[in-house]
Amino acid sequence: MIATVSAQEYAFVVLAIVGSVSAISVVLARNVVHAALYLVIALLSVGGVYLLLGAEFVAWVQILIYVGAIVILFLFGLMLTKAPIGRDTLDNQSRWVATIVGAGVFVGLVFLIQGAFKVRETPPFPTFHATTGRVGESLFRSYVLPFEAVSFLLLAALIGAVVLARKDEGT
Amino acid sequence: MIRLPFLLFFAALLFSTGVYGVLARRNAVMVLMAIELMLNAVNVNLVAFSASLQQLTGQVFALFVIAVAAAEVGIGLAIVILLFRNRETINVDEVSQLKW
Repeated sequence: MIATVSAQEYAFVVLAIVGSVSAISVVLARNVVHAALYLVIALLSVGGVYLLLGAEFVAWVQILIYVGAIVILFLFGLMLTKAPIGRDTLDNQSRWVATIVGAGVFVGLVFLIQGAFKVRETPPFPTFHATTGRVGESLFRSYVLPFEAVSFLLLAALIGAVVLARKDEGT
Repeated sequence: MIRLPFLLFFAALLFSTGVYGVLARRNAVMVLMAIELMLNAVNVNLVAFSASLQQLTGQVFALFVIAVAAAEVGIGLAIVILLFRNRETINVDEVSQLKW
């Protein structure tokens, strides 16, 4: 039996249930705007899990970038493409194949995790408090080159998106 | 004070939900949303292992994954809007030709 359950673990279970239910609602919703709002709830609960794990900077970046920027981009995309409503127009015909593959992936991953970690015997790890200062130090000392590469990638993606989405006039 | 396997189960559930969404949806925007779910599952794993190994590397890579996801969504939605302008549809099963 699991001997002691800490308060953090209760909070994690609540966040995980909320996140899982809203993630499943994202892929099952009949209305695209509802799916985007369920995505907000799922991303917020993932951010809460980061806070519980002591990763405060990643949690705030998750809330700023995902909830603040990416979901707004999705809503713009839905607005500009006249999104239809209804399950038959949103899903394709091979829904049962997708169900089998998704369930197979989940069962396979659970099997692998149970094989790798003895779930009942794994002790809870002590809280790892990664302050923003330590994350920044690691980012700018050890990972400067990947950081520059990511900033270049973002610049390229920005220019690419502008070039793709702008209307061609005269050409 | 959370046991590592529980976090991994949560990430596995998010990932397989994303796999289902990518395979079952026809609307390209919904496919991109399902891809975001899968990237989040990877991030949960990275942060969980970072906390359990008491090292920062996982969190730094989670930040990189978030940045790459933002770039991917920007480009993906630009392509979707371009597709809608040219073809009047964003259903991925109707877009089966490379050149129109």
